Amino acid sequence: MKKPFSKIYISLILMFLYIPIFVLIVFSFNVSKSRANWTGFTFDWYIKLFHNRQIMSALLNTVIVAIFSSVLATLLGTAAAVGIHFMKKAPKAIVMNITYIPIINPEIITGVSLMLLFRIFSDAFGFKFGFLSLILAHITFNVPYVIYSVMPKLRQMNPYLLEAARDLGCNERQAFFKVAVPEILPGIISGFLMALTFSIDDFVVSYFTSGTSVETLPITIAAMTRKKVSPEINALSAIIFIVVLGILIIKNIIDGKNAKKEAKNNRAVSF
Amino acid sequence: MGSFKTKLMASPYIIWMAIFIIVPLCLVIGFAFTTKDGKFTIENIAITTEYVPVLLRSMWLAVISTAICLLLGFPLSFIISRLMPNKQGMLLTLLILPMWINFLLRTYAWMTLLESNGLINKFLGLFGIGPFDNMLNNQGAIVLGMVYNYLPFMILPLYSVMTKIDESVIEAAQDLGANYIKVIFKVVVPLSIQGIYTGVTMVFVPSISTFIISRMLGGGSNDLIGDIIEQQFLGNSYNPHLGSALALVLMVIVLLVMSLFNQFGNEENIAV
Repeated sequence: MKKPFSKIYISLILMFLYIPIFVLIVFSFNVSKSRANWTGFTFDWYIKLFHNRQIMSALLNTVIVAIFSSVLATLLGTAAAVGIHFMKKAPKAIVMNITYIPIINPEIITGVSLMLLFRIFSDAFGFKFGFLSLILAHITFNVPYVIYSVMPKLRQMNPYLLEAARDLGCNERQAFFKVAVPEILPGIISGFLMALTFSIDDFVVSYFTSGTSVETLPITIAAMTRKKVSPEINALSAIIFIVVLGILIIKNIIDGKNAKKEAKNNRAVSF
Repeated sequence: MGSFKTKLMASPYIIWMAIFIIVPLCLVIGFAFTTKDGKFTIENIAITTEYVPVLLRSMWLAVISTAICLLLGFPLSFIISRLMPNKQGMLLTLLILPMWINFLLRTYAWMTLLESNGLINKFLGLFGIGPFDNMLNNQGAIVLGMVYNYLPFMILPLYSVMTKIDESVIEAAQDLGANYIKVIFKVVVPLSIQGIYTGVTMVFVPSISTFIISRMLGGGSNDLIGDIIEQQFLGNSYNPHLGSALALVLMVIVLLVMSLFNQFGNEENIAV
């Protein structure tokens, strides 16, 4: 493609994606609560943010649910992937197809179906909507992503590695933890990170399964959008945005350095 | 490995799957076909026919949004996949970064931009253009919101297949006399059909089932099927039986559209 056209096209799409975010961040420094009139620069909303009980507790709830659900989903999903990997063809296909349901189903259906389940739990044995229902729901939509990111690593793993470990005197447990786990670790980590991200960002499933006692950040934001979003939320998003931007920049720098190192090593080998 | 013990490792998940995936879906079906007293009925399903206009609107807006995402995303992914590797990484990072801001806030920012006394009108006013009063609260605004939120879901799968297309394949086509358009349609499109399929699914499914974007940008008079379902479970018109019937209809539509599209995708593959 012609160079200038490509550049213009990329810039237009990036502008489309970033204009709303730019607006959001700029208005987090606005003196008045208005979202369209600029009345002067202030850091007030950043200070008020940390004194806003509702936002801070929602943030804490989001973090609690995200950490519990992604850790548990990673454990459950990794064990499941190993078990499924060694299954026979037919049961494997059935389990994998069912695992695909939460990924492909519209989120609203996952949400309402779990809501019906928890309603029945609460009628039958006094189950309460809240942290527990949120964590159970988040594990449910997160486990498939863990399984789907661990499975390819298991397939890539040399099956003789485990046999070798057993021949050299490892028992089954040692062979698993000392040989298999390190081999599939990249898959486990990327599954965990995906689960964490989806959990932090989830609105739809949480909306149906949280009940009225516990609010996560997306639920608080949704409630605010019905009236007026307070600029403190803009301030919080600006902070999140800058932190993620920082992490990604550092990651890119490290990746770049590693790539250079690898290139050097390769050259050294070829000499 | 492959012993009895390792197979057992999947059993906690299989129990989990049964309780939290299969049982809930059976509950949706069960609620859809019962009355409040638990008697069998097909009335709920019959009532869903009243919502055919809403269903058609949801499908129509989802199809338009998906088409726009494909039209915008295809060239972009291809351009990125032909860049130097370090530039590819940087651009992908830039495309994913907005997703770290909650989608409700980004959608809310669009409200700020599109309002009658919003920023776009203010900006255009500087040049003496406008004001345009009807940018918000219509179906166009809903489509904009969907495209904005789901475009990265189209770009990422497209990019991941396109980056594997060998540059020499494209050069070979050009050497053999194909012009630019021919290269795109005869080489790049067939080789990225799997990415197109994934991307279309990942945009179409959330678009057809969204319920908050339509409320925020559509102004309440453009309810989609997701809004109607939500109202049956948490809104004013509480009726989980009708809600389940509507959810079931939505699920069937999504499955049908996807299997149709899958069929189409497979035929393309064979033709190549």
